[in-house]
Amino acid sequence: MLTNLVAALSLIVGVSVSLSVAQAQVPVIKIDGSSTVFPITEAMAEEFQTAQRGKVRVTVGISGTGGGFKKFCRGEIDVQDASRPIQTSELEACRKAGIKFLELPIAYDATAVVVNPKNTWIKSMTVAELKKMWEPAAQGKVGKWSDVNPAWPKENLKLYGAGSDSGTFDYFTEAIVGKSKSSRGDYTASEDDNTLVTGVSNDLYALGYVPLAYYEENRAKLKVVAIVGGDKAPKKNEAVLPGRETVENGTYFPLSRPIFIYVSEKSMAKAEVKDFVNFYLSKSFEIVPQVKYVPLPAKAYDAVKEHVKKNKVGTVFGGHSEIGLKIEELMKREGSL
Amino acid sequence: MEAHQDLLANIKRRQMWDFVFALMGLLALLFALVTLLALIVDLAITGVPRINAEFFVNFPSRFAEKAGILSAWVGSFCIMITTAFCAIPLGVAAGVYLEEYSKKNWISQLIELNIINLAGIPSITYGLMALGLFVYKLKLGQSILTAGLTLGLLVLPIIIVTTREAIRAIPNTIREASYAMGASKWQTVRYHILPYSSGGILTGVIISLSRAIGETAPLITIGALTFIAFLPTPPVDGQFPYLNFKWLMDPFTVMPIQMFNWLSRPQPEFHVNAAATGVVLLLMTLIMNGGAIYLRSRFRKKMKW
Repeated sequence: MLTNLVAALSLIVGVSVSLSVAQAQVPVIKIDGSSTVFPITEAMAEEFQTAQRGKVRVTVGISGTGGGFKKFCRGEIDVQDASRPIQTSELEACRKAGIKFLELPIAYDATAVVVNPKNTWIKSMTVAELKKMWEPAAQGKVGKWSDVNPAWPKENLKLYGAGSDSGTFDYFTEAIVGKSKSSRGDYTASEDDNTLVTGVSNDLYALGYVPLAYYEENRAKLKVVAIVGGDKAPKKNEAVLPGRETVENGTYFPLSRPIFIYVSEKSMAKAEVKDFVNFYLSKSFEIVPQVKYVPLPAKAYDAVKEHVKKNKVGTVFGGHSEIGLKIEELMKREGSL
Repeated sequence: MEAHQDLLANIKRRQMWDFVFALMGLLALLFALVTLLALIVDLAITGVPRINAEFFVNFPSRFAEKAGILSAWVGSFCIMITTAFCAIPLGVAAGVYLEEYSKKNWISQLIELNIINLAGIPSITYGLMALGLFVYKLKLGQSILTAGLTLGLLVLPIIIVTTREAIRAIPNTIREASYAMGASKWQTVRYHILPYSSGGILTGVIISLSRAIGETAPLITIGALTFIAFLPTPPVDGQFPYLNFKWLMDPFTVMPIQMFNWLSRPQPEFHVNAAATGVVLLLMTLIMNGGAIYLRSRFRKKMKW
C-alpha cells in the first residue's frame, strides 16, 4: 500500500512540474465581478456558446465588483461585471498596469423599498423620510414609525437591508443618505435578499429595501412603496412606483442606476471577445428582461455599440458614482482613464 | 430501622437523579436529531422531485428547468481526487512519523499542539494563503490543481490526527513481538502498524474528504467560477501515452458554489434547483461516510489480538 502511495505521490509531483501552463486550444473568454450583473452575463455566456457551437468558451465568476476590478486591473480577466462605476483607487491600479478599458452600460438595476402587504399606512415615502430612517444619526433614536412621521403608528420600526459588502448597500446609502456606506447599523442585514423578503413578509411593522427583481418575484408577499424623489427628481413631488417604464425613463428617482461591463482594450483585440461584446449588446434588449432586469432603451444600445466601434476608452464617472444619471447624458460624455 | 429508612430514601434520591440525567441526555439528543431530520426532510421534499437524469448531464442555464449540475459535480469529483492524492500520503506519513519515529520532547509537543490548532482554523484563511502561494507565487492559476492542494492542506491536520489515533490504538505488544522476530522499524511499520491501523486511517480520510466536498469559502477566494459550461480535458486520449493531466490546470466550479448561487436568485424555481443540489451533495456525503463505516467494520473483523 505504501509503495503505491509513494509512486502516486511522485507521479503527482512530476506531473505538476512538467505541466507548465497547459493551454487549451479552444479560446476562453474570462469574466468575473459583480453578482448583481451575473445573471445577465450568465445568460449571455450561455447564448453565445450555443450560437458559436462550442468554438468559444466563456467562464463567469462572482468575486464581487471590488474583487473583480482587482483581477481586471491585473489583466487576469477579459471582461469585468460591475454594479457601480470604477473607483479612483481602481482607476489608479489599472493605470499602473497599463490596462485601458471600455466602459459599457448594459442594463438598469433598481432598488425597491418594500413593506408588509398588511401595512395600511404607507403608500409612498419621500427621500427625506427614508433618510430619517436610515441615516447613521437615526441609530438608537428613530425606533418607532411615529418618530419618522407623527401620522404613522407608535409601533417599533423593524428595518431590513442589504449587508455592507453588497453593491445594493453602497448605492442605497449613497442615494438616500447622501454618502456611500453611511448607514445606521441596528437593522437586520443580510447579503441574501431572499432572507430580507422573508423577514419583511412576516413582520407587519417591517420596512426593507431589495433589488427590484426580488419584489417582482414576491409580489404576493410584499407591498412596494412609491418614492417621492424631491427637488432633484424629474417629477419633483409626485410619488413614483418602480417598474420597467419608470426606471427606463428615469422618473423612478433616486433608486435606480445603470450597471456595466468593463472590457479591457487588449482583450478587445481578440476576435472572440469582440464578437462576444457585440453579441452582448445586440441581445441585451431581448434577454435582460428575461432575467428580471430593466433594459436600457433600444437606442442606447446602439449608442453603446457605436462606442465599441470607435473604441472609446475610459470612464465617464471620474472615479465615483452619480445619482439619477440619465443614460443619454451618460453616453454623450467623454471618457477619461 | 431508622438507618434502613434513610438508606432507602437515599437510594430513591439517587435513582431519581439517574432518571433526570438520562432524560436530559435524551432530550439533548432528540433536539439535535429532530432539527437535523426536519432540515433533511424539508430539503428532500423540495429537491427530490427535481432530480432526474437531465439534472446531472445539463450545464447551468438561465432557465431554471433546463439548468443542471454537470460542471459542478464533475468539478467536485476532480477536486476530491486531487485532494485525496495530496493529503493522504502527506497526512499518513506525517502521522506515522510523529507516532513511531519522532522523539517525545518539547519540539514534538509543540508540533502536536500546532497541528491540533491548524484543524480549527477557519477555512477562508486557507483560501487566502492559497491565493498568495499557489495562484500568484507558484503560478498554478485558478485551476483544479490549486483547489485540490488548498483543500488538501485544509484536511491535512484531520488526517494526521486520526492517523496518530489509529496507530496509538495498536497495543505495544505487537511492536515488541515484531522486533522480537528480528524485524526492523520499517518492517514493523510496513507489515504491522500500517495494516492494523488502516481501518482507522481510512475512516479519518473519508471523513476529512466529506468535509472538503462541502467547502465553498476557500474555493471562492482562489477564484472558483460560477458559470462554466464545459468540462475539464478528459484524462484519456487517442495519442501516446494515452493519459494526460491537462485537466489539473482547467477552471472549475463545485456543487456548493452552484447551490449558493441558485439560492440567492429571486426566482423560486432556482431555489428548487438549489434544494436538489443539496440533496445530491447530502447523498454523496452519506455514501462516503457509509463507506467509512463499512471499511472500519471490515478491518476490525480481520484483526484479532
